[in-house]
Amino acid sequence: MTHAAFYGIGAYTTAILLTKSGVGFFGALVLGIAIATAVSLLIGVVLSRFKGDYYALGTLGFNTIVFGAFLNWKNLTQGSLGIPGISRPELFGINFTNNFNFLILALIFLILAYSVARFVANSPFGRVLKAIREDETVISVFGYDTLHYKLVVFVISAAMAAVAGSLFASYITFIDPSGFRVAESMFILAIIILGGLANLRGSLLGAFFLILLPEVMRFVGFPSDIEAQMRQVVYGVILILLMLYRPQGLIGEYKL
Amino acid sequence: MKIIETNNLIKRFDGVHAVDRLSIGIEKGQITGIVGPNGSGKTTLIDLLSGVLEIDGGEIIIDGTKKISRLLPHQVSLYGITRTFQNVRLFEQMTVLDNILVAETERNVFGSFFEGHAQCHYKTAEEVLRKVGLLENKNRLAVSLSYGQRKLLEIARVLAMKSRIYLFDEPFAGLFPEMRKIISSIIQELKRENKTVILVEHDMGLIRELCEHILVMDEGKLLAQGDPGSVLGKREVIEAYLGR
Repeated sequence: MTHAAFYGIGAYTTAILLTKSGVGFFGALVLGIAIATAVSLLIGVVLSRFKGDYYALGTLGFNTIVFGAFLNWKNLTQGSLGIPGISRPELFGINFTNNFNFLILALIFLILAYSVARFVANSPFGRVLKAIREDETVISVFGYDTLHYKLVVFVISAAMAAVAGSLFASYITFIDPSGFRVAESMFILAIIILGGLANLRGSLLGAFFLILLPEVMRFVGFPSDIEAQMRQVVYGVILILLMLYRPQGLIGEYKL
Repeated sequence: MKIIETNNLIKRFDGVHAVDRLSIGIEKGQITGIVGPNGSGKTTLIDLLSGVLEIDGGEIIIDGTKKISRLLPHQVSLYGITRTFQNVRLFEQMTVLDNILVAETERNVFGSFFEGHAQCHYKTAEEVLRKVGLLENKNRLAVSLSYGQRKLLEIARVLAMKSRIYLFDEPFAGLFPEMRKIISSIIQELKRENKTVILVEHDMGLIRELCEHILVMDEGKLLAQGDPGSVLGKREVIEAYLGR
């Protein structure tokens, strides 16, 4: 549950470089990925010493530390004031200020990220990851150092989160720490669980569903002063219903 | 030549000695049976030899000189030791074929992104599945197999490892005669290939049929050892099984 941290690292790297240096969006994106990769490698080695509930608590702790850094490292991040005026990308004369062009760019990154995830899942490496999920002791008896596999996939997912953060910062043109709280990691986790564990299409479906749900709920007619809270209630009810009646998610292959 | 030896091996659970200063030697290329009443430490010994459990004392030596006492399971595996489990442990949500292929994949993390010898691996996987009669089920999920088929899949998975030393923990338990025949012939074939087999088993008929040497354990200690014919008739062995 550290995704919001790496998402934030990508977003802040992009925001800081685009507003304070001459580096372009794609340079900032690469640097964001590099920093997220390095940090995830470091924290991954530390977190690998924990298992089960303690691992989950460790990841929450890391997310909180990164959020604290975004909030308090004011010289760099401008703290709670956030960073405004982040520019949109430009490549080969194409300006992505136009929302339609940005949508195309985001779709290209989505296809790239999906392809990488699909390649990983279908490779022998992915097969070992599935076996680790099923029974870590048995797969280690077969000669696999599971720590290395878990570390590598952790780093890959951190790099992907950093890409999402870079795109987010450039799209919104303003970021502040509130977008990278533990709650954001929970939201990402809810997307995966809702869509379906162990299924890439399920993750996409979960994202579409939970991102578009607030837009649909505009038409429900909740009073405006409790609208935000009601949205959280609806999320909670959906997750409880899923846990009760469809623990593997909408199109998942694996039950928790 | 002894391929595995233990010297004063100790494993305790909450103060209870599951394995108590056990010193044994396993001959290379032989089928060695380990027998004893329930709770005598047979499975614990297999767990210790395969690195699944940490030892509390003593040492495990392989090939006469190499100490593997403190190694993790994946490091023990590098010495050519593989095993099955008393309660079958498959990768349930993976297909039968994937359960086998995972035993063959490149162990190096970055090498495993690309299936370097895919055709060769598929061929071996199909070969071992054919041997245990599961080839037609290769695309089924392991969780959907019957109890006997699950046992056979676990045997096929260790065969795909092409190891030197095979530890089988009650491979015949609860199986129909036809399936027992298949496993029995596989173990005999391993012997013909000069592999070392350690077989934990309660069925004395099978022990007599397959093993050249047996170790009898009781309360974590070695009670007797020798050829099955002479050892199984000993009074203390009968008493250990039936009670004094």
